[in-house]
Amino acid sequence: MFMQIKGLSVQFGAKPILKDIRMELPKGEVVSIVGPNGAGKTTLLKSMASILSPPRKAVWTDGKDVRLYAANELAKKQAYVPQHSSTGFPLTVMETVLLGRKPYIKWGVTDQDLQIVERIMDRLQLTRLSEQFIDECSGGERQKVLIARALAQEPEVLLLDEPTSALDIRYQLEVLELLRQLAREQQVLVVLILHDLELAARYSDRVILLKEGEVFAAGRPEEVFTPAHIEQVYGVHVEIEQGSCGMKMTAIRPVLV
Amino acid sequence: MEPRIAQIYQGSVRNKLLLLGGMLLLLVISTLYAISRGAVEIPLIDLLGILFGQPADEMTAYIVYEVRLPRIVMAIVTGISLACAGAIMQALLRNPLADPFTLGVSSGAAFGAALAIVAGASVFGINLVLSGQWLIALNAFVFGCLAVLIVYGIARLKNSSTTVLLLAGVAIGQLFSAGVSSLKYFSDNEALKDLVVWLMGGFWGAKWQVLQMLLPLVLVSLAVLIKYAWDLNALGAGEEVARTLGVKVKRIRWVCLLVVTLMASTTIAFTGIIGFIGLVAPHISRMMIGTDYRFLLPCSCLAGALLLLLSDTAARMLLSPVEIPVGIITALFGAPFFIYLLVKKRRDYWA
Repeated sequence: MFMQIKGLSVQFGAKPILKDIRMELPKGEVVSIVGPNGAGKTTLLKSMASILSPPRKAVWTDGKDVRLYAANELAKKQAYVPQHSSTGFPLTVMETVLLGRKPYIKWGVTDQDLQIVERIMDRLQLTRLSEQFIDECSGGERQKVLIARALAQEPEVLLLDEPTSALDIRYQLEVLELLRQLAREQQVLVVLILHDLELAARYSDRVILLKEGEVFAAGRPEEVFTPAHIEQVYGVHVEIEQGSCGMKMTAIRPVLV
Repeated sequence: MEPRIAQIYQGSVRNKLLLLGGMLLLLVISTLYAISRGAVEIPLIDLLGILFGQPADEMTAYIVYEVRLPRIVMAIVTGISLACAGAIMQALLRNPLADPFTLGVSSGAAFGAALAIVAGASVFGINLVLSGQWLIALNAFVFGCLAVLIVYGIARLKNSSTTVLLLAGVAIGQLFSAGVSSLKYFSDNEALKDLVVWLMGGFWGAKWQVLQMLLPLVLVSLAVLIKYAWDLNALGAGEEVARTLGVKVKRIRWVCLLVVTLMASTTIAFTGIIGFIGLVAPHISRMMIGTDYRFLLPCSCLAGALLLLLSDTAARMLLSPVEIPVGIITALFGAPFFIYLLVKKRRDYWA
């Protein structure tokens, strides 16, 4: 298993956010983390990305506790795509993608760095935007640029925080297709937070359903998304049918407590 | 066919290097011009002769080496130091308003200097402006650092949040300004005049002894900071992303803040308060050369040096032989120019 979580618990003050999370994730899969607001999805993802420093021996990547990696070495193994691009002083699209080579760059940019950037930008059809500033791009283009930056790190794990939340339906599909292809073709482990359960069901190999900081259910989408599970976690009655493109879930009404 | 990424990249690097080269050339020309102009005009031929070691009459050599050159070098070093500090602080705080002044360095230094001038005159009965320039500088430096340390300390309590850092800087700045005001209010005429002159800033205190200390300090600081250029670039993408790009965010932030504080407060200690350069030079540079700190830092330094040197030359010459404090010139010409850039440039960096 490429990434392992062995009993991850996180507290903010006295309040437990994550309780004894355990999971094993192989390369080449798309894994969605789903759950209601406040279930701990973001905390889990940020702990996996070492943005929040996880406790010792809780998160393992490639057979090694992430705490034992040098910062640069970990950045070559796993990359993170934030929900929004930062609002700092803007870079051009090319400069942004090149920034993904940071863990490899000492000072000068090598031909190899530029080749990798070029290959990724071609792959994501960003080459024509290369000299545009990132704040002049549309939301969908910006999301692709952020993914391209993460890919420039040549990671084996790609962690994404709600990559589709600000996108229209066309870009949602485009981004998710892209992530699935990356997982298949380059054997990257893709872990993402999704709110849309139908898209999660359609594009994930594995779904992790969180409730109040614990893994409520994990497994293939059909195993996780059952009316009973969704009722218990989200508090809604739901009707699930097989559509032509995966599961159709229709929320009927909230469960009265 | 579309140009390939490598070509685009190399083209942009070439343009940026050309721009830096052009600015360096401009700085050299401005320096020569500044040395040759003044109460005694020195023709360019004579000047070049003197600078390249040909014997000249003693008077001219004295004017060049002991009067004008220290002052001009001081203006350049100060410009470099303030502009660099501003660029770094804006990068670390990810805020276009940050500069040595917003973080309290200058108000702390002003208070320290005021304390030395006023207390020196009233308590010890000595005029420090004549005899104790070093003591004023030392005090300014100590209080400049103190102000920033208090600001950092407050921010640290709140998890090193940049917003808290900035707000604490403003609050501490106000506190020290109140201190300066009360010192002004209670001081006698003589001390008051010295104090006001110091607060306006200028390079009349420029001496080779001061530069012998300041120049290496600024150069070493610059070398340290430019080493972090890629980390600063990554930090621009946000703290979280920077961490996942392998940047040790907290360490970089503290190291850089300490280095620029040291650099800025030492400079301010000898020149007095010269506003605006630390804020404007980095912004002008960003508009010209972009946000890549490998190029932005040298560009800011050159822009700061150029702006301050030209301002000081103008300060010497406008009402010659009367000098205008350079701080007035930087604000007088800098502010409208900056507003013009703000309005004219379509791209806004602080949306």
